[in-house]
This record gives sequence, structure tokens and C-alpha cells, in this order.
Amino acid sequence: MLSYFVRRVLAAIPVMFVVALFVFLLLRLSPGDPAAIIAGDMATPDQLARIRTALGLDRPIYEQFFVWLSQLLRGDFGTSLISQTNVLTMVNQRLEPTISLAIVAIIFTVLIAVPLGVIAAWRHGSFLDNFVMSSSVVGFSVPVFVIGYVLIQIFAIELRWLPVQGFRSLFDGVGPFAQRIVLPALTLSSIYIALIARMTRASMLEVLDEDYIRTARAKGLAERLVLFRHALRNAAVPIITVIGTGFALMVSGVVVTESVFNIPGLGRLIVDAVLARDYPVIQGLILLTAGFYVLINLLIDLSYALTDPRIRY
Amino acid sequence: MTTQTLTAKAVVPSGGAMNRLMSSVFKQRPKAVTILAGIVLLVITAIAVLAPWLANHDPLALSPANRLKPMSPEYWLGTDAFGRDLWSRIVYGARVSLIVGVGVVVMSIAIGLPLGLLAGYFRGVDAVLMRVMDGLMAIPGILLAIAIVSLTSASLWTVMIAITVPEIPQVVRLVRSKVLSAREEPYVEAAMLMGTSTFTLMRRHLMPSTIAPLIVQGTYICASAILTEAILSFLGAGIGTETPSWGNIMAEGRVYFQLKPSLIFWAGLLLSACILSINLLGDSARDALDPKMKRRNA
Amino acid sequence: MTIEVRSIRRWAACGAVAFALGSASFVASAQETIRAVMDSPLRMLDPVITTSHVTRNHAYMVFDTLLGMDINDKPAPQMADWTVSNDGLIYRFTLREGLKWHDGTPVTAADCVASLKRWAARDAGGQMLMDNTKSLTAADARTIELTLAKPFGHVLEMIAKPSGIAAFMMPARLASTAPDTALSEMVGSGPFRFVADEFQPGVKAVYAKFADYVPRKEAPSGTGGGKQVLVDRVEFVAMSDAQTAMNALLSGDIDFFEQVPTDLLPLLEGNEEIRHQALNALGYQTMGRMNFLLPPFDNPAIRRAALTAIGQADVLAAMVGNPDYYQTCSEMYGCGTALAEGEGKDDVMASGDQAKAKAMLDAAGYDGTPVTLLQATDVPVLTAQPVVVAEQLRKAGFNVQLLPMDWQSIVARRANQGPVDKGGWNFFITNWIVQEVWNPIVNPMLNGGGREKAWFGWPTDAEIDAMRAEYAAATDPAAQREIARRIHEHAMDTVSYVPLGQFRLVSAWSAGLDGVRPAQVPEFWGVSKRAP
Repeated sequence: MLSYFVRRVLAAIPVMFVVALFVFLLLRLSPGDPAAIIAGDMATPDQLARIRTALGLDRPIYEQFFVWLSQLLRGDFGTSLISQTNVLTMVNQRLEPTISLAIVAIIFTVLIAVPLGVIAAWRHGSFLDNFVMSSSVVGFSVPVFVIGYVLIQIFAIELRWLPVQGFRSLFDGVGPFAQRIVLPALTLSSIYIALIARMTRASMLEVLDEDYIRTARAKGLAERLVLFRHALRNAAVPIITVIGTGFALMVSGVVVTESVFNIPGLGRLIVDAVLARDYPVIQGLILLTAGFYVLINLLIDLSYALTDPRIRY
Repeated sequence: MTTQTLTAKAVVPSGGAMNRLMSSVFKQRPKAVTILAGIVLLVITAIAVLAPWLANHDPLALSPANRLKPMSPEYWLGTDAFGRDLWSRIVYGARVSLIVGVGVVVMSIAIGLPLGLLAGYFRGVDAVLMRVMDGLMAIPGILLAIAIVSLTSASLWTVMIAITVPEIPQVVRLVRSKVLSAREEPYVEAAMLMGTSTFTLMRRHLMPSTIAPLIVQGTYICASAILTEAILSFLGAGIGTETPSWGNIMAEGRVYFQLKPSLIFWAGLLLSACILSINLLGDSARDALDPKMKRRNA
Repeated sequence: MTIEVRSIRRWAACGAVAFALGSASFVASAQETIRAVMDSPLRMLDPVITTSHVTRNHAYMVFDTLLGMDINDKPAPQMADWTVSNDGLIYRFTLREGLKWHDGTPVTAADCVASLKRWAARDAGGQMLMDNTKSLTAADARTIELTLAKPFGHVLEMIAKPSGIAAFMMPARLASTAPDTALSEMVGSGPFRFVADEFQPGVKAVYAKFADYVPRKEAPSGTGGGKQVLVDRVEFVAMSDAQTAMNALLSGDIDFFEQVPTDLLPLLEGNEEIRHQALNALGYQTMGRMNFLLPPFDNPAIRRAALTAIGQADVLAAMVGNPDYYQTCSEMYGCGTALAEGEGKDDVMASGDQAKAKAMLDAAGYDGTPVTLLQATDVPVLTAQPVVVAEQLRKAGFNVQLLPMDWQSIVARRANQGPVDKGGWNFFITNWIVQEVWNPIVNPMLNGGGREKAWFGWPTDAEIDAMRAEYAAATDPAAQREIARRIHEHAMDTVSYVPLGQFRLVSAWSAGLDGVRPAQVPEFWGVSKRAP
């Protein structure tokens, strides 16, 4: 187990290097001039040249790459060209909204999708099953922002139950937090609900055929217990996989949802940084996201061992 | 063998994958949903092809005096903030969505299939290529696409390339896994022992096994490409306003969402219907091509 | 199924009530804070390195200026009073008593001298001032002495002006930062303190009342007069779009919204709880600039044809819509300014004459070289003009290609002096606050310094530079005016740029705010907040 873990971590190093190199080259080989954005409307050419020098943007690309790489090895992600703020500080400031959004969305997903999937599998082939399956396709076909706007139109503008936009920290009180997180989290969970309901149903169907379920039923165990205690537990592996492979989907959902609901999270940070050519922020954020992705996948592989006794490392 | 038969082979898969697809669509009485999805997609394709005849205005013509007009006999769906006719823009927008969807599928398979074959066949290539693919996969596709589009220029081509790049690793992985398992088949081993040339081996024995899964994967790539184009436009990193697309129509309508929700909803409705249909067709294709999956996802 | 839906609805209703109760308590605790949405999110803090408006407005909170500009645009004392020697060559500024930096140390003349030098290294007007200056020294702890080498008629105006880069005062340890390196610390002597811990670039900037600030006794007027702070905190918050900000204002989430798009004004009509007004009376000038380095606009005759083809009325109608908020204006210095010609002047640019332009274009020998016109897609006040201008130029026979991109990309691209296929451009459009163009010194487009010194477009024009120097030296208002008219005529003839008209942007604020008043910049001193 430990040696497996170590091997996996070592394997992640070249992956992260590829990510770093790719992102760096992409940014530096494409047109764009942060100095022009910093200087604003009145800048003259010689002023721009001086700002480029001050930022080190006039040095050769390979030199800039090695400067950045050596900073990274020291754990320093650099400072924003635009706001002069440390990249990790910026990430830290934006972390709470994004994590709150993601966690509440995942909670909604599990609460809604797993029961749906279980019911669909239980009444396999019925109208209910078909309904759940068809609407799950709708879930990942409708763009996140369309779902967001429909929810805003109904619950915020027509019914006036919830605010149109914004974010409040959980530390400001549960009321304001919950009030503002419900619609974005529902919006974000729409894709996931669809995916996980399908996946739950599929793996439940497989498990329901197994001998031990038949035995449990034959023993006269209540159907509810059969479904939720025996079957679902064994169907957990594929569900965890979806959460892992769905990470990319989650990122795109977060970026859009934050934009629709004006949530000051990491998604908006990166979009703003790209538009402003704020190289250190873009590089740092993509690298961190990629690292997080690698980590999640590692944790998922490890969790297989815990949830499914048949898997050993 | 001539090039002609080669292309024919690539398009019409041997091994009965296509036959099974056909029989599912035409003989086995397809489900009502599948038929409906097909019809919706046909209608959207027709709209895209017939756009010049369906539009009753130039989709680019400005009319500052007629900004944000409601539905009328003159402007069927009203006008946008520049006084352009919304119906005409939506009709032309269908073209962009379909071009992006199909273009990305073609490009990602054209690049991913050969790479996957190489990776599956040559151990040395495999090690290096798959590390690069792992790296690419670790970057969330949407971030990569936003970066590519906004750092270059907002043309149809850049948008398609930006959406294709993150899809490639998925295709490569799929093809590679199929090749790896095909290599174990007795007939492939036999062919190898007989000294069949590598090229022929790949073309005749390894590639066919990848076609069925690629058809299925292709429909999902198509749906997700159309969706991603809309998301990129929505975030301000999409195709420019002189090329109307459902995505940028909605992006421009955002500011007026409360005054005139129709600026978002019509395009959103069509976009959703289009993606939904492609996904449903993809599901049917998978059920037809992969009987093992059918039972679980019927 | 229906039963389920109904019960979900009931559950949701209960939830909503609970949330509403929760939010009521929150509003009550936030009384003394003004929350404002500015024209764009604040990302850059150093007002000397950038001319971004939101950074300038942020700096007026944190930093003070030696002089302010009253509501009639006349220099007025702020941190300092001044005297001028009889020959007009020596200016003495005496600091008020009791001025302190936010770190508690007293404001000294030496700090101010360092600040003026850093400012002058970046601001065009400041540079011109230094070119005419023999020495700038601290005579004692509270006296700054500026000695001119030759007469310069605009010393007070340059130090007081709010636009371009305003001459903000900061401690010498900050002012000694190289002018091209951004400051990383915000210590000023202004009425508000910058709360660095709560700054989130692009999201939120927080200002707290500076307890040790001693305001002037006069009533506030423009950027002059007493800056009395009547609230505890001001927060600049960012909203992703205008619609969102509007909703936030209507629901009481924010108190002040700096730039309401004209299209959204109907939402405010008849609303007793929200007031709105164009606070900057002069407003903005929208304008187009051609690239003098590339064909076809390296040819003055072709530039003149383009100028003739373009008509402001259509541009403004598409851009602003409501005629209450725009006017055509053929004046490069902006209409309603000191140097503008009064009423009755022929408004030559109101409508374009594409037929005449076509004839001029043929006469000039235009060979169909494409004109690449950059179009911003993401800034509402910049998206419409390029589309209309492109149409007008096409009617006159120009071969125009619109190139859409986000505004930041235009900002980067317009700095490129290369040919179009190497990332260059022929024409782009932007907006100025009228104070940024209102005389030949501050107006960046009138600089004829070529590839190194001129503003994007890079005209080389020794004649206009000589006249600008003449304007700078003139001390008599009548003489200044006469030279300014000559410059104007020359600039129109060489088409230094194309004024596209003047418009005003409306600010809106909750009726709970008292004391919001017209000024050159959005001001939060003298503003109090009542509980709703």
C-alpha cells in the first residue's frame, strides 16, 4: 500500500512538469502585453518599455521559465503582475466561496441523485426508470448558465424568495450563507445529478443480480434494507469514480456558475487573470488545479481499496 | 490496395459494428425518444443549411433606431441591443454550433486515432506520449480553452482548436486501450507472426476494433463541443459578434436579461435541444454497438 | 409525482422564509458602511503607474493632493495653500498643520517633493512641468518651493488636475519606489485608510475612516474643500455585470452604482428609494484614433476622407440611445470646457458626408488597402461605435474589417507598432473623461512625438509639439486660448483624431445616502448614510 502510494506520487512529478511547461509556453508564445494593461489609457511607448523591464518581461523566455521554476521549487507561486498580490494569497482569498459552492453542490447531488438512481434500478424498465433516465440526459445537455438563469428567473425575480446573486461567508451566519448558496449550488449540481443518477442505477443493476442480494431477499430482508444497505454499498466504487473523472466538468461548472451568480471564487479569478494576461496568476492557478486533479485521482484509487474488499495493492 | 478502399474501410467499419448500428436504428424498432432526437437534429441541421432562406433580415445589419424591440411581424423574435434581428441571428447561429460540433469531432479523431494507435503498438512511444497526455488531461479543459482563445484571437478556427486540444487525450486513451486488448487476440498474434507489415497490421486488424467505440465517443465529443463553445462565448472568450452563434447571442443578451429574457431563452432552448438530441442518439448508438452496456442503460 | 412536486414547493417556501429572517439581522449590522460598485473592479492600487479610472478613484480615498479643483474646475487649496512670486517663477506651497500619514508619522515637505517627482516621471503634464522647472525643494518641514526655469502658465492646474495621473502625495519611503515599479503598500494621508487585509483584487476593496484626518474648514467643492468623513467604512465591491449591480442596488445590497447603462435607467423611473444623476457634468468624450504608421492612414488626405465620412449622431444614437445623455460635439477639447468655442459654432461633425468622402478618397488615390478596426466586445460603452463607424467608412468606399476582441486584448494590441498581419491595427475607439482631453497639455492625442513619445497611433508632428510648448509657456488666458485654437485647427486638418461625440454616464444611489453631489470624481466624503 505504502509503496504503491509512493510510486503514484513519483509518477505525478513528470505530469506536473508537462503541465508547467505547456502552460508557460502557451502564455509566452501568444500575443498579449501585460505592461499595456497595467499602464492604462495614457501610456506612451517608452513608458511601456520601462514597465516591461521592471516586470522582467523583456528577458529571454527560457530564462523566465527557469526563474519561475526555481521559485516554484521554493514553494513561491509569484505575485500578480496587476495587483502586486502574492498568488497564493489571492487563491486563499477566493478559496472559501469556491469550496462552499462545490461542497454544497456535492451534498445536493448525493441527496438527489443516489435515491433517484436506486429507485430507477429497483423499478428497472418501468415508466419511473425511463423518466429518471431521460431527465438525467436533460441534466447534462442543458448548459449550466441556462439552468442558472431559469432558476434566477423563477426563484429570485418572479417569486422573490432568494437573492439574485452574491456570496456571504458561512462565518457571517448560516441564514445569509444558505440564502445565497442554494441557487448556485443547485445550478452546479445539475450536471452531477444526471451523471451520478445514471451511474448509481447502472452499478446497482449489476449488484442486484449478485447471489448475496438474492440470498438477502430470500431471507426476507426488507426491500429498503436490501437496496440501501447491501446493494448501494457495493455500488459505491463507480460512484466515487464519477466524482473523480467529473472533476473537469466540475471546474467548468464552477467557472460558469460563479460568473452567473457573481461569486468571487477561483473560477472568476482565473477568467479575469486570463483576460488581463496576468501570467503568474494563470500559471499558478492552472498548476494548482492540475495538482489537485492528480491528487483527487490518487485518493480515489486509494478509496477503492477501502470500499471494495476485492481490490488489493 | 488503393487509397480508395482504404478510406472506404475507415468510414464503414468492418466487423459488423455499422451493421449492428443500422439494425438497431432501422430493424429493431427504435425507441420513440431516439426517433424524436433524430427529428430534432434533422430540423436543426435543416435550419443551419437553409439559414439564408429562413432569415428575414441580415443577421449583422444594425438598426440603432430599433433596439430591443419585442416580437412583431417584422422582427419575429424581436431585436437585440444593436437592433439586429434575433430570429435571423439564431438561424445563422445554428451553423456555427453544428460546424463546431462536427469540426471538433473530426479534428480530435484525426489527431487522436493515429496517436492512440502508435501508443498502443509501440512501447517506447507509449511511455512518452501517455505522460504528455496525462499532463494535458490534468489541465481542466475549459481553462485550457479559455486561455487558448483569449490569448490568440476569437475566430471560429481558434475556438475549434481550443475545444479540440482537451478532447485529444480522451480519444488517445480510448484508442490505445482498444489496441492493447486487440493485440492479445489470436488472429492479431497470428498476423504478427506471419510478418504482416506494421502499417497493414494497424490498418486491417487494430483500427477496426476502435471504430465502434469511436462512433459512440464521437457523439459525446460533438455534444460537449457545442456546449463548450456556448460556455466560452458566455465567458467572453468565444467567437466575435460578427459571427452569430447561440453562445454569443446569449452572452450579449445577459445584460438585458431582466428587460428581455428572450435574448437568452430562445438560443438556450435550441442549444439544449440540440445537445440533448445528440446525447440521446449517442446512447442509442452505444446500446446498439455494445450489447453488454445495453442491459444496464436501456 | 404531483404530490412530490407539491411537497417540494412547500418545503422550499419554508426555507425561503427562514433565509429571509436570517438576512434581516445582517442588514442591521451594516449601517455605517457604504457599499459601492465602481466602473470596473479594482485590481491595481498604484495610481501613479496606471491611468485606470477606478485606481484613480481609489487613490482619492487613500491619498490627498496638495491642491484640489473646485466644481468650476479652478485650482483650490487642499493639503496646502500657495503663493506665487511677482515674476511668476517661484511657487511656494505651505502644508496645513496637523497632516498625518496613515502610519502616524507627520506629513513633511520632503515627502511631498519626492511624491511630485515620482508623479512627474509618469504623467505627461507633470513631465511638461518638470521640463520647465529649475528646482523643486523642501524649504522647511512645511514649505515646498518650486522654481521655474522659464515661464509656465499651468503649474497650479497640473498639480490640481484630477485626470491623467493626479499628483497624489505619499510618504517619501513609498515615493522613492522606481516610477515603473508598482507600489505594494498603501499609506496616504487621505480621509480614508486602505484596509490592506481585506483587499481582494478584482472583488473587494475596503476603506475605513481615518480618525486623525483634519479636514479643511470650507464646504467640499469638486476635489477641493473639506473632506469630512461621515461613515465608518466604504467598500468598493465588484459585480460581474451591470444587470447584477442594478439588482443589488434595487434590493439594497449596495448603496451606490457609479455607471448605470442608459438601457437600464427605465428600471429606476418612479423608484422613490433610488436617486440618479450624471455626477460628472462634462461627461465623456468618445473618439477614434488612426494609426499614422501604416497605410492607408499614413496619408493625411485619406485621414481627412475618413473624418468626413464619420458622423457623430448615428454613433451616439447606437451607443447611448437616449438623447438626454449625449450631444454631438466637434470640439477636441470637449464641449463646455474653458478652451471650447462657445455656442453658435458650426457642428461640422454631427453628420457624415459619405458621398463627399468617397470623392476625397478617390482623389487621394486610395487603393483598397484594408482598414482593420478593433472592436471591444465586453465593454458596453465601447461595443457600438466601431460597428457604426465601420458602416460609415464602408459607405465611403473604405475596405473595413472589424476585428472583435475583449477590451484587454485591444489594450495590448494597440501598443503594437507592427503591420496588421503581425498584430498591428489601423483604427480603434476609446472613451475619455473630458478632463483628460480638455487642453493641449493633457490631451494625449495631440502629442506629435512619433514612435517613442506619442500616444498609440504615433503621429510625428513637430509643428503641433512646437505649438503645445508655446501654449505651455503662455501665461495670459487670452493668449493661451488663441494658441489652443490654432492647435485645434491644425489637429483637425491633420486628423490627429476623430472626436465621436460627448456623453454622460449616470450614477445611481440609494435614497438613504445624503450628500452625494456632482464632482470630477466619485466622492464618499461628505456623504452620510441613514438606516433605510
